[in-house]
Amino acid sequence: MQECSLTARELACRRGDRLLFRGLDLSLTPGDALHITGSNGIGKSSLMRILAGLMPAYAGDVVRTGAIGLVDERPALDEHAPLGKALGFWQRIDGAADNEYVRLGLADLLDVPVRYLSTGQRKRAAFARLLGQSAPIWLLDEPLNGLDRDAVVLVERIVAEHCHGGGIAVIASHQAIAVEGGQTLAIEDFAK
Amino acid sequence: MIARLLIRDLSQLLPGGQITGARGGSMLPLLFFLAVAMLYPFAVGPDAPLLAKTGGGVIWVAALLASILPLDRLVAPDVEQGVFDQLALRGVSEELVIAVRVLAHWLSFAPLLLLASVIAAALLNLSGDNLQLVLAGLLAGTPGLAAIGVTIAALTAGLRTGAALSGLLLIPLAVPILIFGAGALERQDYGAIALCGAISLVLVAIAPFAGGAAIRAAREG
Repeated sequence: MQECSLTARELACRRGDRLLFRGLDLSLTPGDALHITGSNGIGKSSLMRILAGLMPAYAGDVVRTGAIGLVDERPALDEHAPLGKALGFWQRIDGAADNEYVRLGLADLLDVPVRYLSTGQRKRAAFARLLGQSAPIWLLDEPLNGLDRDAVVLVERIVAEHCHGGGIAVIASHQAIAVEGGQTLAIEDFAK
Repeated sequence: MIARLLIRDLSQLLPGGQITGARGGSMLPLLFFLAVAMLYPFAVGPDAPLLAKTGGGVIWVAALLASILPLDRLVAPDVEQGVFDQLALRGVSEELVIAVRVLAHWLSFAPLLLLASVIAAALLNLSGDNLQLVLAGLLAGTPGLAAIGVTIAALTAGLRTGAALSGLLLIPLAVPILIFGAGALERQDYGAIALCGAISLVLVAIAPFAGGAAIRAAREG
């Protein structure tokens, strides 16, 4: 795993004319896992997009070393293509050797067009894409949505393995997620 | 990277790709184009000289309208699915993705359109000289049409009424191409086609930057 770190200083986020949070600091080094909690609409997803560099922060700055892997509510897979082909595109872009289809329970679904997949199956597919990317920093936005109990345990294990291997994981979820040695950050504390 | 993006785009845009899971949508503009060319003689009557005089213009108008049809699925699905976000995280710029998409869009409709124009020319009683002018004009003008199309698709990708709006946006922007492309017919002049090609090149050069900026603006909004 390449060297990685994720630091944010004095972050503030504004959506429309509402200030969602301000003065948010975080500093993550290899092996860290951070669970971001908060009720709906408090700015979890916005924080994730700011950390990913996809959205500018209203104030403050983010320093990243290492590639970012993002899982959010959109799997970024072609709806009309079979799953294997849709994932194959990302596999070729990332130069992935193994997407762990079997472990994620996707081996039987590779011929099925993405539009026929359930919410949970799409989420598993997004994790296959993430694992193939081998990015050191993981940003997981509501990764447990739509997953059954077995899959939740699997995701917890995958995240733990990632952190154990020297990666960083930031998980925004209103659900409880058990990650060994993980810290918790409640956005409510920074809401205006 | 360019090759990978192009292969993905083409597999989505080219017609009849059952194996690749393609949508095969670009058959539709083509059939629409032929339908217009077929309906026109019925509408104006079997007056051969009139058809021969106006047929080239009809082919141009039909080509322009046909190029509106695929606009709503050129860029919008990728924005909705977060493909641009994932590519941005991997350091692939929006400009590159848009440039490749212009090429893929052109490849998916222009060669077939040129073939269909030959059929349409027969239906409209076009002379050989006029057919040559139409084909040369379309060859020069379609890259510009593809560039405008992708730019507009990127601009309207986040809008709910994008499909209807994109058609209205394309028409005024395509007027210069139409004037010089179809104007060549009346004056039997290849100079107009050269101008049409020049406009096309300018549009192709602008499209990646305009489209890329549109996608970033939609993402941050």
